[in-house]
Amino acid sequence: MTGALNLLIGLAMGLNLVALASSRLPSVIHAAALQGMVLGVLPLLLDHELHGLVALVAIATVAVKGFVIPGLLRRALRVANIDREMQPLLGFVPSLLLGGAATIGAVALGGALPLLPEHARSLLVPGAFATVVSGFLLLMGRGKAISQVCGYLILENGIYLFGLLLIRSMPLLVEAGILLDLTVAVFVIGIIMDRIQREFDTLDTGKLTSLRE
Amino acid sequence: MRELALIAVPLLAAALAVVWPTERTRPWLLPAAGLTHAVFALWLLVTPPTLVANAWFGFDAMARATLPMVSLLFLVCSVYGVAYLKLRVERHNRLFIVALLVLLGLLSLALQAQHLGLLWVAAEAATLMTVPLLHFNGTARAFEASWKYLLIGGTGIALSLLGSFCLGYASLHGGGGGDLTFATLADRGASLTRPWLIAAWVLLLAGYGTKMGLAPMHTWKPDAYGEAPAVVGALLAGGMTTMAFVAVLRVKQVVDAAGASAMTERTLLAFGLFSMLVAALFLLGTPDFKRMLAYSSVEHMGILTVGAALGGAGIWAALFHVWTNSLTKGALFLSAGNIRRAAGGRTVDEVAGMAWRSPISARMFVIGVLAVTACPPFGPFFSELRIVAAAFQSDSKLVAAAFLGCLLFAFFGLTRLTFAIVDGRPRAAARAIGRRFPETSGIILPPLVFLAFSLWLGLATPSLLRESWTAAAKLFLPTP
Repeated sequence: MTGALNLLIGLAMGLNLVALASSRLPSVIHAAALQGMVLGVLPLLLDHELHGLVALVAIATVAVKGFVIPGLLRRALRVANIDREMQPLLGFVPSLLLGGAATIGAVALGGALPLLPEHARSLLVPGAFATVVSGFLLLMGRGKAISQVCGYLILENGIYLFGLLLIRSMPLLVEAGILLDLTVAVFVIGIIMDRIQREFDTLDTGKLTSLRE
Repeated sequence: MRELALIAVPLLAAALAVVWPTERTRPWLLPAAGLTHAVFALWLLVTPPTLVANAWFGFDAMARATLPMVSLLFLVCSVYGVAYLKLRVERHNRLFIVALLVLLGLLSLALQAQHLGLLWVAAEAATLMTVPLLHFNGTARAFEASWKYLLIGGTGIALSLLGSFCLGYASLHGGGGGDLTFATLADRGASLTRPWLIAAWVLLLAGYGTKMGLAPMHTWKPDAYGEAPAVVGALLAGGMTTMAFVAVLRVKQVVDAAGASAMTERTLLAFGLFSMLVAALFLLGTPDFKRMLAYSSVEHMGILTVGAALGGAGIWAALFHVWTNSLTKGALFLSAGNIRRAAGGRTVDEVAGMAWRSPISARMFVIGVLAVTACPPFGPFFSELRIVAAAFQSDSKLVAAAFLGCLLFAFFGLTRLTFAIVDGRPRAAARAIGRRFPETSGIILPPLVFLAFSLWLGLATPSLLRESWTAAAKLFLPTP
């Protein structure tokens, strides 16, 4: 079981790097969506006997993270009519290198922290930290609103990954994390509505500069 | 049951506001719900209920020491809200009123939450509920402010969820079950695994500190307070930040019980003094009087945090300051809203001579600024004096010196800008706008009431409130 689990977490960690390296917004969205779907399947692997509730959570997660939010993001892309991140604040190669360093650091950190015996051999903790840091890099290093939302989505995936450590003992706390998806939805709906209502030319948050000292 | 009413009343009123047919009469739901809420809150303050052990939520000493203030703040703001929405008939008010009422319900839930997860859910929902309030004016600047608020606030709230998970894992690894009520966590304090506990404290402080607006996570605040309607600014500065401060205090209680109080105190002190310093520096530079209020709020969050770092007497003083600061800020935000409307601008370049254009609001604004910069006999003077006294008691003279130095610079910054917009010759353009917005009693009385409260809290602090702060400060272990 741990083998399959670690394989999927490893895949999610690889998708972090794909998202950090790609300049085309559709591929960033694609990476975030795929990562969300991978994570959605994980609870099924964690539990030995299949609970109805766990299956329901898995289906809901895959649907929301894999289809609903990416769909909304693609719609925002269409109305905003943009495709590429032209001027990231942090270049693609530096962010990829930082992401790689974060992944290595996360594995080292995961080895140093005290873990319960049943979690000791899984990649859950390193995967969670690497994903959180990658999400942060995207959130802070990119200029386009949609890239930032993808960064938030990946940050949130990392938190969800960490939550899987606790899903057996405190399922309600972990499931409350679904509210973060609501935040993402508000972001994207905000972009779409604003785009429809008013001119907001390039959806470049670098232009959101009328409020400053 | 009464403590449930604090949540149910605003939510029911919100549901009523959704189906209410006429725009003109809908605003009256705000004071109606606010009054009912305040009656319940006062009743609970006078006769606190017995607590159920291990309940997920309840009106405990901490809620008793803070929630009545939020209720009072909302009640007075809601009266102003009726007058304000009458001036803004061109905007639909349904979403605004519903969001305000739901926000009150969520703040009541968060302040009473005894469970780590429930607290987070309430804080997250309250964050989302604020977005339509900030976006009420519908301008590009309002969109920018709500975008930044959601991005920074959303990241903060995500970090606090990660911190909550870390605290959960600290309990799980220490052999505890899935019980995440604060009382249970504090009881099992010694068994919490140390590395996870430290990670949880750092993440939760960063997360809820973002909601409070501590520097360097304060950057959403000037934009949000600058663009938000006055009522929303007052409720954010007095209600939302209080919720976040209480969240930090509740987590501190658990971490202290685990024997890490030296760490919590040091980090809180560093964040507090840094926030005060950053706020003082920005106050000296900003040309915009609504953003000035945001930096003043950052400064006062720093003051609260320094108070919380000083242990028992400091926490008592911080809770006192929660009351005096929030109610004084109410007067400032509401009178600043009046000035902003009558002046048609917000920076020193556009606004001058408001003592002529809107004389009563300008006077209240000046008095409010003097009150908030701790001039006696207003409340903030006494609460800040208590914090300085607590610093001397715990023999941290350097802290007291840095604290007073930051206060002095903030005073320079605030008075500089205030007198620049109040004195001088009024701009010609403001004349026509000013005539459109006469100073009616609906927009004058609420800030006046806030000033009266600030004065009353300073001159004759009710013994009931003193007793409630003492009870809340007792929740924290006496620090050596």
